[in-house]
Amino acid sequence: MAHQLIGYAVFLPLLGFLINGLVGRKLRSENLVGIIGSATVGIGFVIACVIFFEMMGSGVEERVHIVHLFSWISAGSLNVSFAYQVDQLSVLMMLIVTGVGFLIHVYSIGYMHGDPGFWRFFAYMNLFIFAMLNLVLADNFLLLFLGWEGVGLCSYLLIGFWYDRKFEKGTTGDAAKKAFIVNRIGDFGFLIGMFLIFVTFGTLNFQGVFAQAGTMSVGSPVIFWMTLALFVGATGKSAQIPLFVWLPDAMAGPTPVSALIHAATMVTAGVYMVARCSLLYALAPATMEIVAIIGAATALLAATIGLVQNDIKKVLAYSTVSQLGYMFLALGVGAFAAGLFHLMTHAFFKALLFLGSGSVIHAMHGEQDIQKMGGLKKYLPITYWTFFIAMIAIAGIFPFSGFFSKDEILWKVFSNGTWGLWLVGLVGAALTAFYMSRLTVLTFDGEKRWGSDKHPHESPKTMTVPLIILALLSVVGGFVGVPASLGGGNAIDHWLEPVFERANLVMALPGHGMETIEYVLMALSVGVGVGGILLARLWYLKKQEVPQQLSTKVPGLYKLLWNKYYVDEAYDAAVVTPIQKSSETLLWRIVDVGMIDGLVNGLAKFFGGVSKVIRMGQTGVAQNYVFVFLLGVVVILGWLIAH
Amino acid sequence: MPVSLASYLALSAILFTIGVAGVLTRRNAIVVFMCIELMLNSVNLTLIAFSSFMGDITGQVLVFFVMAVAAAEAAVGLAIVISLFRNKQTVNIDEINILKW
Amino acid sequence: MFLIVASLAIASALLMILQKNPVMSAIYLIANFFCIALLYLLLQAQLLAVLQIVVYTGAIMVLVVFVIMLLNLGDETKLTEKFDMKKIISVVLVTGFLIEMVYIFGFSGDGIGRMPMSSQAANLGTVESMGAALFTRFLLPFEVTSLLLLAAIVGAVVLARKQS
Repeated sequence: MAHQLIGYAVFLPLLGFLINGLVGRKLRSENLVGIIGSATVGIGFVIACVIFFEMMGSGVEERVHIVHLFSWISAGSLNVSFAYQVDQLSVLMMLIVTGVGFLIHVYSIGYMHGDPGFWRFFAYMNLFIFAMLNLVLADNFLLLFLGWEGVGLCSYLLIGFWYDRKFEKGTTGDAAKKAFIVNRIGDFGFLIGMFLIFVTFGTLNFQGVFAQAGTMSVGSPVIFWMTLALFVGATGKSAQIPLFVWLPDAMAGPTPVSALIHAATMVTAGVYMVARCSLLYALAPATMEIVAIIGAATALLAATIGLVQNDIKKVLAYSTVSQLGYMFLALGVGAFAAGLFHLMTHAFFKALLFLGSGSVIHAMHGEQDIQKMGGLKKYLPITYWTFFIAMIAIAGIFPFSGFFSKDEILWKVFSNGTWGLWLVGLVGAALTAFYMSRLTVLTFDGEKRWGSDKHPHESPKTMTVPLIILALLSVVGGFVGVPASLGGGNAIDHWLEPVFERANLVMALPGHGMETIEYVLMALSVGVGVGGILLARLWYLKKQEVPQQLSTKVPGLYKLLWNKYYVDEAYDAAVVTPIQKSSETLLWRIVDVGMIDGLVNGLAKFFGGVSKVIRMGQTGVAQNYVFVFLLGVVVILGWLIAH
Repeated sequence: MPVSLASYLALSAILFTIGVAGVLTRRNAIVVFMCIELMLNSVNLTLIAFSSFMGDITGQVLVFFVMAVAAAEAAVGLAIVISLFRNKQTVNIDEINILKW
Repeated sequence: MFLIVASLAIASALLMILQKNPVMSAIYLIANFFCIALLYLLLQAQLLAVLQIVVYTGAIMVLVVFVIMLLNLGDETKLTEKFDMKKIISVVLVTGFLIEMVYIFGFSGDGIGRMPMSSQAANLGTVESMGAALFTRFLLPFEVTSLLLLAAIVGAVVLARKQS
């Protein structure tokens, strides 16, 4: 059966990592390194497709397989093995990871051409794919966590890939550290959640946990804390409030890294994890509310920040944070399938946007400030058109993929009765359309704002072909989720239904609302999307003085947005600096130097002192030695006589 | 009355003790050396006494070897004393304390 | 007879350690060695008595006297002159040692001390029996001792050489 090939699919990228990591530098041929790196992922994609088709052909009950590789930890009551749960959800994630990953690997062959760390890049990327596959395929929490940590590590390695480059106020290494540390804070929450799960259910295995959870009652406090702790981990990995601050800084890494890790895959790990634990979240309505509110708030907050950013990658980074907020919003109201649908379409068009921006940056020889671009559509036609398609998709215009997924989410939020959140989502959609259009216009349209020192030209085929493929997917990718109201069968919802069956039973979702309302909402969201696009085109192409005037009329608001609400500064003052200062004074000076060093040195000094006294016995006069000798003999003889 | 073994052994013990006393109290290196020879001789006496009283020749053979070794040791020891004297111009033991810490 | 020789031996030994002139000490030691040779004769060890005189007094003491002359040593302070702590403790210690030794040798054991002299004693000490034993049972130590003597000769020559 095809699902038994899963082991190969997961471990081939690891092999790629080892090959490229150990001998990549000596291979001397960029193409060979690139081919090895891409092929491992490509083969994984092929295997995923085979498994997928086999699943489609088999009955619904036979679609879940557990493939056991080897036993990992067996200690007391804790039994964890390297085993993969091949079901609808994990196969979907696997297709996304390997498919988009493969395209990005191919793109990187062109993008990273000439870089001295070429081999290192592909090694890290393969390691990342390995970790991510472990994450989405794991059948227990611990293996998931292994992948979770692994992708965090690879994120660190890849963000700081150009380790000697400056980035904003520090180096790329600082950005990488920030990502890792903020992730770690979230991971602490994840660990607490895992401990609670083990204590409550006695196992870390998904099937075991969910079987027992089915017997628990809704609203029990332990499940609340468990799911909340896991969600903290998700906020760290998926850049939600309050742990989103690392994602914009992560743009210090090469653009393919941003596309793969910080758009399509790693940041979606939190969404996947919550979806996988849908039953647990269904049993904790309070946590679901928190998830939804945070998702909506993040979506809005990030969108507002993205309005005024001038770095092409920063805008896309905040856009990612915002779209992830939408996914969590969906999860929070119980629309798990919708959230995952949006995850898939977002992977397509966000990866496309990042890769396109990479093409632009490549053509402009490293320039990333959109205020210094403009008029590039003449020089980079393929990049322009694919970027444009992606922009329309993310704005949610019918019939592109983003429309179906985002609309599904908004519809589910509305019919859940949470109109406030729906409104926030709608406003967010409008802002999304606006700032994405602004980005496109400032980059590609209008007059060129750059000098004759730049010679932009279209990128090579290894870079443009993935762009085209992703654009195609952005166009047609939505058709797997056409809702019933528009005559479709909502294939993706049905596909994922068995995974969320138990959760749906617990939640007793409200039934489908009136179809007319659904049409109204659809029209509204398309309307605000189109409106946002057109307004941006108006302001930035024709009436360019309007945004200028706005920024001078409300300088306070503009500054607030431009400085990202001063969140970084707040964290720095409240958390980072106190910890640093207290570590330095207390832990370093007092404990480390004073106590530990003092103890070690003191011990040495003590022995020195003792030996100084004892060595006085060596007088060098032989008679003294004879004297002592005799003394000993006398004592021993006396003892022998006495006994 | 024939002399018993005990008397010989007691004599030997006394001579040995006198030798030890000499080693501890004299300050001339050569005199110390002579006292050591005295100690050796007392041990020889013990050996021969046992050999005679028990009828085993081993004791006497041993004394033979002890004498040979003592001769060798005397030669080398005195050579050392001579070279010490050359370096330090004294054979006073209290002043030959090169082994001091 | 034994008592006379024994007391002579003890007397000469005592005198030896009490002298301030090293040459006098050497002479008293020679007297002591003679007494011991006589004791050997009393014990029927003829060969060894002769060897004692030839090797010890004849060779070793001559060497010692030569060295004393060579170094031209002066007199040492008399033993009874300086009374410092070290000497007192030494005397006490040595007395204790003496008591112990006498006790061990004289009064302990299962009546060994009262053993009569062996009937074979006379035959044991002759040159023939010693020679027979040396060249049969104790041949290996015999040969090794010759090596030892060679080493001693070389060592003495090397050590006492003038540094040139």
